[in-house]
Amino acid sequence: MSETTERTDVLVIGSGFGGAIAAYHLAAGGAKVTVLERGPWLESQEFEHDYKLGSSYTRIFDFVVGDGMSVLGGNCVGGGSVVYFAAMPRAPRFVFERKGSIGRRMWPKTISRDTLDPWYDRVEESLSVSRQGWEDASYAGGLWAAACHRAGRTANPLAAAIDNSRCVNCNFMMAGCRFEAKQSLTSNYLPAAIAHGAEIRPLHEVQYLERTAEGGYRIHYDIVHDEDYRLRNGSGVIEAKIVVMAAGAAATPVILQRSEAHLGRMPHAVGRYFSGNGERLNTAILNEDKVAELLGLSRGEGEPPYGANAIGRGPTVASWDRLDGSLPEYSRYSLEQLYFPPGLGTILAQAPGATGPAWFGREKKEILKNWKSWLTIFSMTEDDNEGVFGPPPATGNAHRISQQMLGRGSLTYRPTDNTWRGWRQSDADVKEILEKDGLAKVMPWTNDLVGAYTVHPLASCRMGDDQHTSALDDTNELRGHPGIFVTDGSAVPGALTVNPAMTIAAVAERAVPGIVAAAQRRGIAVSYGAPTPNGRRSGRESPLPLLPVLARA
Amino acid sequence: MQRDGSNAPTADTVDDVSLTLEAYADTIVPGEKRWPGDRAVVGAATGGGAVAAGALELLRWDATGISDGLDDLAQRVNGHAEAYAEETGLELDPEVPAFVALDFDHRTEVVARLTRPGHPEKEFWVLLSLFCNMAFDSAAHLHTADALRDGHPGLEAMGITRPDADGLWRFRNFGYGRELARTHPTTTPSGSPA
Repeated sequence: MSETTERTDVLVIGSGFGGAIAAYHLAAGGAKVTVLERGPWLESQEFEHDYKLGSSYTRIFDFVVGDGMSVLGGNCVGGGSVVYFAAMPRAPRFVFERKGSIGRRMWPKTISRDTLDPWYDRVEESLSVSRQGWEDASYAGGLWAAACHRAGRTANPLAAAIDNSRCVNCNFMMAGCRFEAKQSLTSNYLPAAIAHGAEIRPLHEVQYLERTAEGGYRIHYDIVHDEDYRLRNGSGVIEAKIVVMAAGAAATPVILQRSEAHLGRMPHAVGRYFSGNGERLNTAILNEDKVAELLGLSRGEGEPPYGANAIGRGPTVASWDRLDGSLPEYSRYSLEQLYFPPGLGTILAQAPGATGPAWFGREKKEILKNWKSWLTIFSMTEDDNEGVFGPPPATGNAHRISQQMLGRGSLTYRPTDNTWRGWRQSDADVKEILEKDGLAKVMPWTNDLVGAYTVHPLASCRMGDDQHTSALDDTNELRGHPGIFVTDGSAVPGALTVNPAMTIAAVAERAVPGIVAAAQRRGIAVSYGAPTPNGRRSGRESPLPLLPVLARA
Repeated sequence: MQRDGSNAPTADTVDDVSLTLEAYADTIVPGEKRWPGDRAVVGAATGGGAVAAGALELLRWDATGISDGLDDLAQRVNGHAEAYAEETGLELDPEVPAFVALDFDHRTEVVARLTRPGHPEKEFWVLLSLFCNMAFDSAAHLHTADALRDGHPGLEAMGITRPDADGLWRFRNFGYGRELARTHPTTTPSGSPA
């Protein structure tokens, strides 16, 4: 390569949880860190309450339609953390013991709930995750709790990374939080990384990697047009000694597939074992009279007893009765109240009891007129890691159809009987809880249009102990390609039965000591041990005994 | 959105592609006729539907990525309508495009077939349906606050409230504010499952 090729110590691909956490620690430890992010960089004041194409909602979101599975993800500086709903539960203990489709433990034996808890602690401190009380639950969450209670179930307010004193319950958090109530990475890890010298470049979409003569990596990227993402404004190259891949579970494997011609053979599990976190959605249309009569709920004079679908902050209450490790695999799931905005959240909803088509037409229009009385219940079940990525598209991770947001990807997902069993069981459960005594009418979203639907893609480049069924070792390093680490949701081995952001972040925190050690071996002057981005240190102590294992050569 | 009969466009003044796309959009989210002789919108539901919501405006916007393919889609759906009419023994009015000539239930059946898993063109029809739907339920071609101010039929039918003067939504009252269920017995101190 010519002498003018730009060089950095650590190149981070993607600025969501996996990228931002690694970028912060490596920069704080003294490494020169460059972050390439395919999406734009928006300030809080640019987060709009607007469904118009071209508003922040479509600029920072990505919806990739696959064959049998469609994926929603972030597409901006801060990645998923800018569009997420900030629900931050830890994964239940049994998840780490799952066997899934391979019939033996999916997670590396070094990772269990006990060994991940210190890293969860760190994330909790870094992102100000707090336990929520009943006073924090939205109407929709309260309604779900009351319905669960009446059906003999328990329900929990969800731990969340939200500053309740700033939240206005606008339910526009998928378009970025205008009020800075939601803890996105743009208000913690990323500014801290920048303060330590990291450079973040938006609208830089990595296409492929190749190896340098010195054993480092040369990263090829395109510069994406800031409004019409179908257009490119040139391309570039940068060299690095270490690469941290965190482009998201729907993009990281695609970049690696495209790199195979240059880097040599990829582990078999790259682009395989994709999990949609077992996600499934049901829409309930509440009977407002029954809400008052059966649940005793009231919003006060002049208001319907519920009628508050639009009000709140995504999910606030979940039912965890089925998160029981003694139950057989594929029958464990959480049932979470959720909010979906119009458009993405309405097209797939079906009219309960429709005699004609359920997702369009006369009867569908009738339920749209009751949109205020909708309650969306989100099931996170155990799927079978059945997603496989086909040959990569020409650029990026999708053939872009619209100027923003909508594209066609190469993921194929054929749900197995195991996955269907979990979905059907959770559907039946939601129905039993919400249709009791005529409280509501419930229908699952159709899978016929864009396949199943996930907002939490996982496992497409996963960790594990078995080289045949995992792409990464237990330090997140890509097998056979030293110096490449994967720290995003694609590293998580399988469905978690709860919202995954907390686990993705904890796995990324856990990966950092190993990346620092690898960087040191490659001659980078970097150390490990930074406090949380806000300077807190208490969460730093408990992981210390784990470091020798993680930083091993 | 209403026009009186004298100004109503005729089949001669509205091109066949527009008529066909309007008929398709009206099948996805049906609405009331805009004038007595409205052929595209058949009046299968009360209130404005996808057409009155601005479906064609959205479809023709190049930001969607389907604007270039609309002529082809209109031609194709008319071809499918002709084949359907032949199969079912329906006589079509030659004055309007074949899909427009179908009544609502037959249009519905054609769209159901085109969007069913396994149909070779399914992806296109799902995309077209998606944008027709979005015109109604999110007015994706308009600033949401403007659409609400101007009485957008979809957002209004869904009961979406108007934002504050600065275009932002704020809800002071957001919850019932009381304990409504027992929490799971093994919940950890930080509020996670065990």
